[in-house]
Amino acid sequence: MGAPLPAPAASRLFLSGNEAVARAVWEAGCKVAAAYPGTPSTEILEELARYPDLYAEWSVNEKVALEVALGASMVGARAFCAMKHVGLNVAADALMTLTVTGTEGGLVIAVADDVGMSSSQNEQDSRFWGRFAHLPVLEPADAQEAYGMTKAAFELSERHHCAVILRLTTRICHVKGRVEVGERVAAEPAGFVKDARRWVMVPGNAKPRLPLMFEREAALAAEAETSPLNVLSDGPDTALGFIASGPAFMHVREAFPDAPVLKLGLSCPLPLQQIRALADRVRHLVVVEETEPLLETELKAAGIACHGKDILPRIGELAPDVLRPAVARLLGNAPPVPAHAPEQPVFPRPPTMCVACPHLGVYYTLSQMRNVIISGDIGCYTLGAGHPWNALDTCISMGASMGMALGMDKGRGEADAGKKVVAVIGDSTFLHMGMQGLLDIAWNRGNVTVLLLDNRAVGMTGGQDNPGSGRDIHGEEAPRVDFARLCEALGVKKERIRVVDPYQLPVLFKALREETKIEEPSVIITDRPCVLIDHYQPAPSYRVEEERCTGCGNCVEVGCPAIHVTRRETAVKPSGKEVELAFVRIETTACTGCGLCLQPCAPEAIVHAAPEAPLQFQRKQ
Amino acid sequence: MTASSKTTNILVCGTGGQGVMTATEILAEAALSLGFDAKKTEVAGMSQRGGVVTSHLRFGERVLSPQIVPGEADLLVGFEAAEALRWAHMLRPGAAALMNVGRIVPPVVNLGLFDYPDDPVAQMRALGLEVHAFDASALAAELGNIRLGNTVMLGAMADRLPFPAEVLRDAVLARFASRKPELVEMNRQAFELGRRAVAAEALAA
Ligand SMILES: Cc1ncc(C[n+]2csc(CCOP(=O)(O)OP(=O)(O)O)c2C)c(N)n1
Ligand code: SF4
Ligand code: SF4
Repeated sequence: MGAPLPAPAASRLFLSGNEAVARAVWEAGCKVAAAYPGTPSTEILEELARYPDLYAEWSVNEKVALEVALGASMVGARAFCAMKHVGLNVAADALMTLTVTGTEGGLVIAVADDVGMSSSQNEQDSRFWGRFAHLPVLEPADAQEAYGMTKAAFELSERHHCAVILRLTTRICHVKGRVEVGERVAAEPAGFVKDARRWVMVPGNAKPRLPLMFEREAALAAEAETSPLNVLSDGPDTALGFIASGPAFMHVREAFPDAPVLKLGLSCPLPLQQIRALADRVRHLVVVEETEPLLETELKAAGIACHGKDILPRIGELAPDVLRPAVARLLGNAPPVPAHAPEQPVFPRPPTMCVACPHLGVYYTLSQMRNVIISGDIGCYTLGAGHPWNALDTCISMGASMGMALGMDKGRGEADAGKKVVAVIGDSTFLHMGMQGLLDIAWNRGNVTVLLLDNRAVGMTGGQDNPGSGRDIHGEEAPRVDFARLCEALGVKKERIRVVDPYQLPVLFKALREETKIEEPSVIITDRPCVLIDHYQPAPSYRVEEERCTGCGNCVEVGCPAIHVTRRETAVKPSGKEVELAFVRIETTACTGCGLCLQPCAPEAIVHAAPEAPLQFQRKQ
Repeated sequence: MTASSKTTNILVCGTGGQGVMTATEILAEAALSLGFDAKKTEVAGMSQRGGVVTSHLRFGERVLSPQIVPGEADLLVGFEAAEALRWAHMLRPGAAALMNVGRIVPPVVNLGLFDYPDDPVAQMRALGLEVHAFDASALAAELGNIRLGNTVMLGAMADRLPFPAEVLRDAVLARFASRKPELVEMNRQAFELGRRAVAAEALAA
C-alpha cells in the first residue's frame, strides 16, 4: 500500500483522537506499535500502519500486543500498544509484573473505554489499572490533548522508567477537532542490557523491586503537583468548583463557564495539594469523572469533602444536559425545564448482519434446530442472538464460548440430558483466546460441536486482517493458519473436523446434525469471506416473482437485510388454522446473490434479477 | 442561524452506510476553511451494519464539548425519515429540520415486531418544527446516479448555514476534484437540486 507522506509540522489538521494519538506516537520516534482491534481504539493502529519509519502490527490479542511493546522497550526502543478497555483485562497478567521490572524505552499503553457503551459488552473504568498496577494515568480531554499527552506520556515513561497508561474514551477516540502537529524526532534504541535482577521476575529478584515501585509512585505524585498536564481554569463563581478529567472537563466548561475547574490530565497519582487549594476556595467541590468514583474516593480518603456520584450518575457520559440539572439540585435551585419537543418513540434499529453475510446461513440453520444450547462468542455473529434467528444463548468475553460449552456439557443434569451443546466462534476470536478453550475441550473429551466461522477477517471492527487471512496489517502476504490442521493438532480427531460452505444450507444442516449426534469433540469450519473484504466476490442479484410468492415468509427467516416484506395477510388453512402470510420483495440493488434465501423458498419464487444470468447461484471458484 | 459569534450546532442523522459521516465531514471542512473552530462527534455503534448513525457538528469561535444536547441543535438534517423523527427532540424549539422522505425499513419492522411511523413528516410538523421534506434519492435518480443523494442533502443545507452556500459547494466539489474529477459536474448539479428542493418546498409550505 502506498503510504502518503505525513503532513508537515506546524500544520493544523482536523483529526480524531485516534488519529491524533497515532500522529504523536510517530512524532515521538516510537519504533514498535502493536494492537488488537477493538472499538473505539481500532483506528489508532490502522492509522499508524500508514506512517513510515516504524514497525506496526496487528497482534493476535492484547496480551501479546503488550508483550511485543514491552520487548521493544527492553531493548531501549520507544514502544506503544493500543486496545479497548476489555483488552487490558486480557493483558493484565503482563501489566502487573512489568510494573515491577519497569521499562527502558518509553512505553505507552493506550486503553480506550467505551463510556456510553456504543459497542462493547461492559463499561469498565480502566483508570483502576493505574491504582492496581501503580502506574501513571493520563486522561486527555480532546484530540489536541490526546496528541500532546501521548508525547508527554513517552517522556514521563522514560523519566520514571515505567509504562504509562493513556486513558481514552469513545468521546476522545471518535471526536474530531483541530490539532496542531509537530515534527518527528527519531531515537536510536540504547540496546538490551542483560540484568537478571531487573528482568527475570522470580521472587528473589522481584521482592527487592517492590519498594522501587512505591518510590516511583511517590515521585510521580510529587510531579503531579507541578505537572503542566494538571491545569486550573479559573473562574469568578466560587459557589462551585470542579475537579474533572477526560472529556468530562469539556462538558463542565461548557455547562459552567464561570466556575473554577481543575483539570487532571495526570490523574493518577493525584495532585492532592492542588486539589486542597481549590477545595478551600469554593463552597461546593464537585468531582466530575467518567465513570467510577475513583478520584472522588481518593479525595474523601484524603479528608477532602466533595460531591460526585452522590449527585451524578455512575453510568454513561456526563454531558452538559446531565450536569446542569444535577448541579442545580445541589445548589437548591430548580433544575432547568427542557423547552424542546418530547422524544418521539421510534422502532429500534439494532445493527444487522450485512447482506449476504456468510453467518446468515449458519444462524438460519441453527434456528431450525431443536434441543440445542448455543454457547456464543463476540463478533458480528453475536447478532445471531437477535431476530429473526434467536440462535445464540450466551456471550461473555472473547473465547469464552469454548470453556463455557465444555462446562455446560460437564455440568448438565437431567434437565439438559438430551440437549446438544454447540459453540459458535469467529476466526479472529478463536485465534485471540479460543484455541486454548478448544484444547481443553479436546483434552477433556467434551461432547461439544464447535462452529468455527472462518470469514477471513475481523468483521466486527471493520474487516481487519488476522493470522487466518493470509495478510498482515499492510495487506501484504503472510503465513495463513490452516484451521483444520490447527484443530487436529489441538487434539480433535481428523474425521470430526469438516470444512463446509455456509451458503449451502442442506450441507451445513447435515454436518451439524451428524456432528452433534456423535458424542465427541467436533469442529465444523465455515469458509466464506466476510463481504467487507476483497476476497468476497458478489454474484448476480435476485428478485422475487410476485405471482409465485405464496407469502410463506421462509426467506424472511434467513435475516438478510435485502429482503423486505411488502404486505401481510392472515389466511385460513383448509384445516381451519389461521396463518400469517408475509409477501416479500428483494432489494435487487443491495442483493449480492449469495443464494441463501432461495433455498428455503419452495415455490421457487426467487429468480435472478437479470434474466440472462444463469439460474444457479455461484459456487466456489 | 445568523450570528457567527455563537456556536452553531448541526445534527446529521441516518443509518449505517448512508454517508452521514462523510457529509458531516465535508460540512466541517467548509466551516474550518472559514477559520472556525470545530468539533465533530459520532455515535455509530457498529454503523456498518445498518444501525442508527448520528453525527454532531459544532463550530464557532471556540468549541468545548463536542456534544449537542437535546434542544440545542440549530439544524437537523435527516438522511432517513424515521431517523429524523427519532432525533427531532434535539432541535431548538422552532428550529428547522431538512429531511429526506426516503425510508430504510429495518428487519425488525419487516418481521412485524415494530411499526414504521405512518407519516414522520407530519409528526414532526405537529411538534412545531419547521420541516423541509423532499425525496433525495428520487432527485439523485433524476441525475442518473442514486449515490448522489448525499450531495443533494448537502445542497439542501447550503442556504441554512451561517456562511455562504458557495463555501459548502466548493468544499463538496474540492473533495471530488481530488478523488474523482469525472464526478465534479454531476455533483455540482446534485448540490443545486438539493438547494432548490428546499427553496421550492419552502414556497409550497
Ligand atoms: C478483549 C477484547 N478485545 C477486542 C474486542 C473487540 N472485538 C469484539 S469481537 C472482535 C473480533 C471479531 O472477529 P471474528 O471473531 O473473526 O468475528 P466476525 O466479526 O468476523 O464475525 C473484536 C475485535 C473485545 N470485545 N474484547
Ligand atoms: S462485516 Fe462481515 S462478518 Fe460482519 S455482518 Fe458483515 S459480512 Fe458478516
Ligand atoms: S440472494 Fe437473498 S439472502 Fe443472498 S444477498 Fe440476495 S437477497 Fe440476500
